[in-house]
Amino acid sequence: MKNIDSRCPLPLRRIVDEYFAESRNKMLELGAFFDRLDRAGDAADPDEEFRVVALKRAAGVLLEPGPQRVKRMALLLSDPTEEPREYLDRKAAWGAYADTGEGI
Amino acid sequence: MDYIEPHAHMISRTTDDYQQMALTGCVALSEPAFWAGWDRQSADSFEDYFRQLTEFEPTRAAQFGIQHYTWLCLNPKEGENRDMARQVLARIPKFLQRPNVLGIGEIGLNRNTLREMETLRDHIALALEHGSMILIHTPHLEDKYKGTKLIIRTLQSFQNLDPRRVMIDHAEEHTIEMIRDNGFRCGLTLYPNTKVSLARAADIIEMHSAEGIYVNSACDWGFSVPVAIPQFILEMRRRKHSEATIRKVVYENPIAFFSQASNFYLSRACESVPGNVKELAYVD
Repeated sequence: MKNIDSRCPLPLRRIVDEYFAESRNKMLELGAFFDRLDRAGDAADPDEEFRVVALKRAAGVLLEPGPQRVKRMALLLSDPTEEPREYLDRKAAWGAYADTGEGI
Repeated sequence: MDYIEPHAHMISRTTDDYQQMALTGCVALSEPAFWAGWDRQSADSFEDYFRQLTEFEPTRAAQFGIQHYTWLCLNPKEGENRDMARQVLARIPKFLQRPNVLGIGEIGLNRNTLREMETLRDHIALALEHGSMILIHTPHLEDKYKGTKLIIRTLQSFQNLDPRRVMIDHAEEHTIEMIRDNGFRCGLTLYPNTKVSLARAADIIEMHSAEGIYVNSACDWGFSVPVAIPQFILEMRRRKHSEATIRKVVYENPIAFFSQASNFYLSRACESVPGNVKELAYVD
């Protein structure tokens, strides 16, 4: 782990000026997404969906002390296993790891 | 500012995109072989594809003063089909001496399967047999971390492989350290929804330095932005980074990596970069 404390050239106030509005918007979008899940037409429980559970777990890192919050969040959303899959289960990734035991 | 686009799937893009790239300073690009969005049914399809990459696209790019380079392979999305992989790999050598071919790529893994790893090994062996450079695709989303580890382990199983001749692309915050700590070159892909944003790419360069890193748009038939690199230049200027640092990432680092291929020659670079571009080297 090297140079992780290397600084952004901008002073803190300028970083806030530049990035606050877009960060605020992204946070509200995430809240809206969670609300939308609660309003799902089939009234299913969002916490039964592994991607939602993983996203909520990763969101918790936002309020933890730094550094490397992004890295910790990305790891929470990653496949933690070591060995290759024995066969191809599907072409596309889903964005979070489903610990089903299938294909591993 | 002049820039080089190291990863663009231009057969999926319009002529308007070439024009926009030229207007925003693109002087050269490299186009790795890619997945068509559906699995091809015959190795003959790849032969046509390789002709398109080595004959037609360089001509289309040249209309706008852009030099077009390419990489050949069967993409990891189709790597599970071992029979097809064997047929396609047998057809690649006759294209490797074409003037715009930089090496083998983008190879790697998709869902991290055993068969994909066998196809990856075959491609690496082919590259080493022909003294070619390698461009690596790392998997998407939840598969990236594990896949990058498996790819590095596979590359390191070849004792005569020089990591400085291998670019591992689509790095993110959780994979960049393992790539650079093992001596490989590193690519950051600027995507609207996945991989890294403009701001995160700038963050990564601030935290890990600009040495051995380049950025790319990886524009293709999906959500992607062919002028992502000039947008990144604006992001870096927004943060008051020096023009020298920005130029290193978007111009000098791609030249240093590509110049390891004997056929890479950037005509405009000789006019604008002090010294011979062939002498540019990474400082690690």
